[in-house]
Amino acid sequence: MPEISRDEVAHLATLARIDLSDAELDHLAPQLSVILESVASISEVAGPDVPPTSHPMPLTNVFREDVVQPSLTAEQALAMAPQAEEQRFAVPRILGDEQ
Amino acid sequence: MTAVVRWTRATAAGMAEALERGETTSVELTRAALRMTEMVDGAVHAYLHVDAEGALAQAAASDARRAAGAPLHALDGVPIAVKDVLTTTGLPTTCGSKILEGWIPPYDATVVARLKAAGLPILGKTNMDEFAMGSSTEHSAYGPTRNPWDLERIPGGSGGGSAAAVASFQAPLALGTDTGGSIRQPGAVTGTVGVKPTYGGVSRYGLVAMANSLDQVGPVTRTVLDAALLHELIGGHDPRDSTSIDQPLPGLVAAARQGAAGDLTGLRVGVIRELQGEGYQAGVLARFQESLELLTKAGAEVVEVSCPSFVHALATYYLVMPCEASSNLAKFDAMRYGLRVLPEGVDSPSAEEVMRATRDAGFGDEVKRRIILGTYALSSGYYDAYYGTAQRVRTLISRDFEAAFGQVDVLVSPTAPTTAFKLGEKLDDPLAMYLNDLATIPANLAGVPGISLPSGLADEDGLPAGFQVLAPAMADDRLYRVGAALEAALEERWGGPLLDKAPALEGGSK
Repeated sequence: MPEISRDEVAHLATLARIDLSDAELDHLAPQLSVILESVASISEVAGPDVPPTSHPMPLTNVFREDVVQPSLTAEQALAMAPQAEEQRFAVPRILGDEQ
Repeated sequence: MTAVVRWTRATAAGMAEALERGETTSVELTRAALRMTEMVDGAVHAYLHVDAEGALAQAAASDARRAAGAPLHALDGVPIAVKDVLTTTGLPTTCGSKILEGWIPPYDATVVARLKAAGLPILGKTNMDEFAMGSSTEHSAYGPTRNPWDLERIPGGSGGGSAAAVASFQAPLALGTDTGGSIRQPGAVTGTVGVKPTYGGVSRYGLVAMANSLDQVGPVTRTVLDAALLHELIGGHDPRDSTSIDQPLPGLVAAARQGAAGDLTGLRVGVIRELQGEGYQAGVLARFQESLELLTKAGAEVVEVSCPSFVHALATYYLVMPCEASSNLAKFDAMRYGLRVLPEGVDSPSAEEVMRATRDAGFGDEVKRRIILGTYALSSGYYDAYYGTAQRVRTLISRDFEAAFGQVDVLVSPTAPTTAFKLGEKLDDPLAMYLNDLATIPANLAGVPGISLPSGLADEDGLPAGFQVLAPAMADDRLYRVGAALEAALEERWGGPLLDKAPALEGGSK
């Protein structure tokens, strides 16, 4: 399995929406390579005939009756918002000037 | 003995009996616990938030119920601490992260609602590695918790705060969560008891998820019986958690009482060959061997069992967990709750720029490492090689458990390979830190339950070691039967609980 480069870590940070500083990139990239190298040991362990496990208990299609349950009031939901306006979450602009 | 010392050293079961007999009140118990926190928590730092006023009000209400002859539960009035990853209305819930500093959730986790419905005063919220990522509680954004046995050492993690609170007699009970060992490993290194229930056996509603398919809430206590009492209280089906098992729990308290009688005749115990030897401290193994001898003496048949895929459990876990964690933590986007940081020197920043600046400022190193790792392993072209592969090996680990439980009733191993290490020793060496979870991770991957209880002090350093028992899914009662039997045999040998041997903390004299 491939080593993870500093540029790749920078790209992944963009995908994960984290601004990493140069110092953080220098620090994290080699650590991630070491971790990946060690987990790569399992690549040949299970053949393609082994089914994957995504969940330890075999539960499927857990439904409930379609009835209204009590829920949070708008006031409760907005109480801890960084910014709220007119019973809504106020967020920074979503589109750029050119859009 | 002062009232503080008398009532903080009592077990939860002992407190419940004393309340029932009218020998004490919930206010007295809660005051004693809070007084102990005042005395020792400056040094230990088990709590992120102490709610003295709220706890005393709940205690007074409990005493009024009892006076009226209507207690809600056997543990009504016995105080408890709650890990800061579980939501609590009116109390901050930070998950040890700056990104949730000051956040007060609008709802209670189901387990917290059950504590409240049973009348247990909530003392406060305990420290943890940020979003439960770590094995030392050093990754808390609010500073580390210290091990009451040696303040220069780690209390384990991620639930080091809950374990240390119980070990330093600040609370008889605490709630923890266990994704790869975060209840059991802190239990081992602080000389306390911790249980990871069967996956789905306790509701995860209101537990801020790290890895949904692995996380489980469980009891943190000083005795096996106390753990059983708390487990029965918080466990059972919850329609608000779609992974919750819709079946009654087996009788856990009854199993603990049966086990304490000391007879394990007919019980088959399997020692996991792959979870001993290289990498395990000699003193930890010596205490483990002694415990095996005690189980044999109690009538159990001890055999060695091989689980060959367990050697791959750590690598499997460090793929599955970051994948799930990176998806889960995407919700911290600075839009609806939590921290919002504006990027420096940007006029009218976009939502994405705000998100990126906030997540950089709000997350610590270990969280960033795992998010990046998960993002990588889930990205197109790598998904099958990493996440897909790990899921297939996970199946092999579950099959090893199935095969082993075809031969024996319970499996056993040391809980953690070593005793508590020094603060700072492994902080910037993620792989060395991850090795602490070697023996606890297989249970999370397969969803089976496990308990850690103290096995004694290692000769090299005089620090506690842990003994782990694992059982098949929904057979949590076996943990309590075996755990209580071993605890009784060990305490007879020690002449009392292991924690009696812990050094007195400054201010918290015995």
